[in-house]
Amino acid sequence: MTANRDQKEDTQQTSNLLADAPFLEDVRRQMIKFATLQLGDGHLAEDAVQEALIGALKNASSFGGRAALKTWIFAILKNKIADTLRYKQRVVNASSLLREDEDDEALSELFDRKGHWQRDERPVAWGNPEASLREKYFWSMFEACLERLPPKQARVFMMREFLELDADEICATMNLTTSNLHVLLHRSRLRLRECIENKWYLQGERNDQLP
Amino acid sequence: MINCRNATRLLSEAQERPLSITERMSLKLHVIMCSGCQNFKDQMETLRLMTRAYAKRKNDHDE
Repeated sequence: MTANRDQKEDTQQTSNLLADAPFLEDVRRQMIKFATLQLGDGHLAEDAVQEALIGALKNASSFGGRAALKTWIFAILKNKIADTLRYKQRVVNASSLLREDEDDEALSELFDRKGHWQRDERPVAWGNPEASLREKYFWSMFEACLERLPPKQARVFMMREFLELDADEICATMNLTTSNLHVLLHRSRLRLRECIENKWYLQGERNDQLP
Repeated sequence: MINCRNATRLLSEAQERPLSITERMSLKLHVIMCSGCQNFKDQMETLRLMTRAYAKRKNDHDE
C-alpha cells in the first residue's frame, strides 16, 4: 500500500514539474541550443527537441524530481540527435567537408613547420578565470566562440564537456575511432582557447563590442 | 623532445584518457621549458570549468 502511495506521489510531482512553464521553457531552450550545435541546423534541432519532449511526456510518470526528469529528457534528445545524424550521414554534405578541410589550414597557422607555436599564437596566461565567470559579457563571448567552431568539432566538444559523456560513448554515437575523436577534441580546444584569449583576455577581460 | 603541437595534443588527450609514463615524462620536460604550453595546460582545466559553469548557469538562470 505504501509503495502505491509513493508512486502516486511521484507521479503527482512529475505532473507538477511538467506544468511548471518556466522550468520547461528553460529546459527547452537548453535542448534547442544543444541540438542546434549537434545538428548544425535549426529546423532539424526543433524537430528533434519536439519529438524528445513528446517522448518524455509519455513516460514521465516515474520521475520524482527536476534533475532526474531533465537527465531523462536529455537522454531521449541524445537518441533523437543520433538518429538524425545517422540519417544525415547517408547524404554526405559536401559543404561541411569543405569546412573541415579549411580548418586544417587554419590550424597550421597556429604552429610553424617544426610544430612550435607561431610567435603571436603562443598562449598567454589568462587573468582571473573565476571572476570572468561572473561577467555577463563573458558568456556572450563564450557562446559566440562555441558557435564559431566547425560543426563536427562543436558537436564532439559539447558531448564531451557539456553533456559530460565519456569517449567511448561519443565514438559509438558519432561513429568515430578513438583517434578521430582525439583529433577533433584537440582542434576544438585549440580553437576555442584561441577565440576566448583573443576576444576576452587580450581585450582586457571586457568586450564592449557585444551587446 | 616533443614539439608544441604534440604537447598540446597530449594535454588535450589527458582530458579523455590517462597518459602513459613516457607521455607524462616528455610532456613534463616540454612544459617546464615552454610557457605557451604551460599556459595551454592551465587553460585545458579552465575550459572544462567554463563549459560546466556555462551548462550550470543555464540551469540556474531563470529559477
